[in-house]
Amino acid sequence: MWENILIGLEYLFGIPIFGWGEDVGFVYKALLLLVSLLIFIAFILLADRKIWAAVQLRRGPNVVGLFGLLQSFADLLKFIFKEPIIPASSNKIIFLLAPLVTVMLALSAWVVIPLDEGWALADINVGILYIFAISSLAVYGIIMGGWASNSKYPFLSALRSAAQMVSYEVSIGFVIVTVLLLVGSLNLTDIVIAQKEIGLAHLLGVPWMNFLNWFWLPLFPMFIIFFISALAETNRPPFDLPEAESELVAGFMVEYSSTPYMMYMLGEYVAIILMCSLTTILFLGGWAAPLEIAPFTWIPGIVWFILKVSLVFFMFAMVKAFVPRYRYDQLMRLGWKVFLPISIFMIFIVALILQLTGWGWHGGVA
Amino acid sequence: MNDLLLDYLPIIIFLALSAIIGLALLVAPFIIAFKNPDPEKLSAYECGFEPFNDARMKFDARFYLVAILFIIFDLEVAFLFPWAVAFKDVGWFGFWSMMIFLAVLTIGFIYEWRKGALEWD
Repeated sequence: MWENILIGLEYLFGIPIFGWGEDVGFVYKALLLLVSLLIFIAFILLADRKIWAAVQLRRGPNVVGLFGLLQSFADLLKFIFKEPIIPASSNKIIFLLAPLVTVMLALSAWVVIPLDEGWALADINVGILYIFAISSLAVYGIIMGGWASNSKYPFLSALRSAAQMVSYEVSIGFVIVTVLLLVGSLNLTDIVIAQKEIGLAHLLGVPWMNFLNWFWLPLFPMFIIFFISALAETNRPPFDLPEAESELVAGFMVEYSSTPYMMYMLGEYVAIILMCSLTTILFLGGWAAPLEIAPFTWIPGIVWFILKVSLVFFMFAMVKAFVPRYRYDQLMRLGWKVFLPISIFMIFIVALILQLTGWGWHGGVA
Repeated sequence: MNDLLLDYLPIIIFLALSAIIGLALLVAPFIIAFKNPDPEKLSAYECGFEPFNDARMKFDARFYLVAILFIIFDLEVAFLFPWAVAFKDVGWFGFWSMMIFLAVLTIGFIYEWRKGALEWD
């Protein structure tokens, strides 16, 4: 009994040294991941505003710190010193629980993300299933907030948002299934490694051109569907109908102020970065270098991972700046009448090709 | 403790840590920020009017329909996951049995499309 507790404590707190070795306590690793993630989000938020401003020929935030680099931290302080308002007619406990649930769920998915080979905090066998489950739960934060506010705009927004998120959840699920057909494992590390060992570059006889191996090429339609569904799933423009300013003021966040409001924003951006890294892992080869030759392989995997995530986020930000907002019926039509039939059909095609070629990529070259 | 549970221990701890971060953020303004509530400030927002009636009103049944369709298709995805992982081993038999399953669902999908369950006008 006591021995087990001691072993557990050693596992949790271990010897605090810098590095990711076996003997570092799990709690320190987890805290390091969470804190660096939050700092990354702070700069991503700034980047989002800067890109948006640049497209509109504005400067964006440029007062706090050099080039406005500290803007997000100033915003954090501002939010903390704002007066928190809980509407008198709301269900107060659920009202406060909702942003907490949003942030908690968004952060907790990160435990299985492999930032580099062997860097996943929990390298569980069902990694992608875990992420799928957690991201399905994200809708609860919005539903709870919208309902508990007991106000009209949040209520309408919560309904819209729930329908939108579950609709695109379905096509994300089908896209993940096609990737799994190629890989044959639910483990995220396995998915990344599979993209190194099989693929087009091997068939063409140029195995060092790693970027041709990644799944974005053979599964190109699914890559596009996944990207657009990720936009809709995280309520990003052009699918930001739950918080469409011109119709619903601020959607489910109308009644929120101070840090509860900030937690919704934070949860949203954490979910966006999660979707970006999921795109990176499933389609862009995770931590692998794009070319398997000298100057590229010197750069550590984590740097490649962050670069790819930033690239995908750049595309998210550009879409936000370029594309006008969808109408709700267009949104539902796109999800149910375009993406769903295409992705079901693509499962059939991918499975048929794999079966006909006798599991070509797996058996053949690897 | 068995190994399977040990694999999932990090997830529980990570959940707890993210809950702590969330709680700290949530509680902070209630401790340090200036508070001066009054009835107008605490009333629900509705374009500056007095709220007309209760906000929990009737809503369109199509939202309900979408939720039901979601359950069907998400279950389908849940069935496809283990099939996709074991695809290498199931051969043509496994391929065709899943295709028949998909075909049945596709017929249902076509039916609800023609019935207008997916229309939003």
